[in-house]
Amino acid sequence: MTLAASRDGYGSALVKLASDPEVIVVEADLGKSTKSQNFRKLYPERTISLGIAEQNMMLVSAGLATSGYKPFASTFAIFTERAFEQVRNGIARPNIPVHICGSHGGIHTGTDGSSAQSIEDLAIYRSLPNMVVLHPSDFNSTEQLTIQLANTNSPSYTRTARNKTPVIYDEKAASKLQIGKGEMLTEGGDVAIIACGVMVSKALEAAESLSSNGINATVVDMHTIKPLDGKLISSLAEQCGCFVTAEDHSIIGGLGGAVAEHLGENCPSPLERIGVADHFGQSGDGDELLEEFSMGISHIIAAAQRVIQRK
Amino acid sequence: MSTENGAEEKYSSIGELLETAKKCRRNIVQMVHRANAGHPGGSLSAIDMLVALYKTRLNVDPSNPDDPDRDRFIMSKGHASPAVYSILHEMGFLSSEDLTTYRVMGGVCQGHVDMKWTPGVDFSAGSLGMGLSFGLGTALAATLDGSSRTSYVMLGDGELQEGQVWEAAMAAVHHEVGNLKVFVDRNRIQNDDFCEKQMRMFDVAEKWSGFGWAVHECDGHDMNAVVEAIEWMDTITDGPAVVVAHTIKGKGVSFMEDNPSFHGAAPNDEQLILAMEELE
Repeated sequence: MTLAASRDGYGSALVKLASDPEVIVVEADLGKSTKSQNFRKLYPERTISLGIAEQNMMLVSAGLATSGYKPFASTFAIFTERAFEQVRNGIARPNIPVHICGSHGGIHTGTDGSSAQSIEDLAIYRSLPNMVVLHPSDFNSTEQLTIQLANTNSPSYTRTARNKTPVIYDEKAASKLQIGKGEMLTEGGDVAIIACGVMVSKALEAAESLSSNGINATVVDMHTIKPLDGKLISSLAEQCGCFVTAEDHSIIGGLGGAVAEHLGENCPSPLERIGVADHFGQSGDGDELLEEFSMGISHIIAAAQRVIQRK
Repeated sequence: MSTENGAEEKYSSIGELLETAKKCRRNIVQMVHRANAGHPGGSLSAIDMLVALYKTRLNVDPSNPDDPDRDRFIMSKGHASPAVYSILHEMGFLSSEDLTTYRVMGGVCQGHVDMKWTPGVDFSAGSLGMGLSFGLGTALAATLDGSSRTSYVMLGDGELQEGQVWEAAMAAVHHEVGNLKVFVDRNRIQNDDFCEKQMRMFDVAEKWSGFGWAVHECDGHDMNAVVEAIEWMDTITDGPAVVVAHTIKGKGVSFMEDNPSFHGAAPNDEQLILAMEELE
């Protein structure tokens, strides 16, 4: 099993996008961490560093975008939130295609502790009209979806993760991914597990274990939180009849919230949400914290078993 | 004004600018009265600068408002939208009828300036502190393009209390943007009261200077001085330039002048008549 971090997929995508002369990278000091430095090293003349000043970064990006450029602006997920109102009023409201990347999302970020572990970014950006919200699961899917953003005429927020996780897609499989379309990784009729980010590989492991106990699970990589692939969810409601969501994010308002909203309005089905249960994180190893917060593989398995009983 | 002819020419154009400013002031007061809401004070303090900028310098074309190579004007204190709409009307971007839609549902003239609703508006404002960053972005883009277009930004003085302004001020000097020009409308009043009471800012020009900007101060209602300030901005090409314009909130309408109550309040019917008499 190959391991790689999704933030490295972002950095790799920026370099691949360099052939588009309109692509420009904007940083607020953390390029080494978000991996925008990969682009800066090769194309310093198309990289704008703004110091530790996220609010400024958002609006400078908006100004660049209205002048014909395609800005990719990154910092830690949590620090994009410092500029939330700038994103809301200066980018989303006038529908300016600025592509924001927040790295180090979720408690899996680990030892840095709770100040660096954004657990609400997907929820807040999802609430903004016009925004596309992505949370890819591995290196190759992050690279592919970031490349697609360059030709997306909407503002976007992409969350990447700090730590290395299993590579799920080879390049060929990743090339078939599409923004707005959930990717079915396994098919089974007993339960649908909808996951995003670092939790996708956990969901796959959970499904494998369930399968050995005779429970067949569909696992979906819902890399696009908004626009949500409601069509896929509705069809899974028919096929599986119950759901588990798995995300490294608060259970409020993120993937679990989005799926719950869709199910409630369109095809009411039992749902269990795996995620951060309305509390902040702490320091620790990423996987250790997932276990501590009842977000590990065993917890996904238990949630699947519970939800099947509720059908 | 080195020659007699030059002086005459300038005098006559200054006279035209003053006449345009008066028309704008009438429209500002009428718009706010009609809407029974809005921000007359900061519009009236800013309008002389807008008239001078649009009439003497800004390269914009009402028949092609989205020309990529136009100069940009970014009104960061977006509540002064009546000032922007009134000058856009004088420049041919907006009709008289458009002005009647100020703050009206579906209207071209939204409560705060909005690039999605109004031709000729380059920035969607309404939340203070963001315009300088946006202007820095458009200025950097012009440099990347090798274009000579210039980005002008207007900030309120109360707005300088927003930290983001200083993030942008620092970055503009770091990036040596010579195509970014800023007006600070130093009218000394903000929403609740005089700036001096809300948050003392001491010597505003000195603050900009401390950040490394080229700074010029002028009387923001002396049209000659404003035109000269714009000419001074032209001479600064190695970094950003700011004009701190000392103004009077509500300038031109006696009962609004220097009166915090007219930051964000409309005149009643009687006050409208008085104001129109004063702006004859």
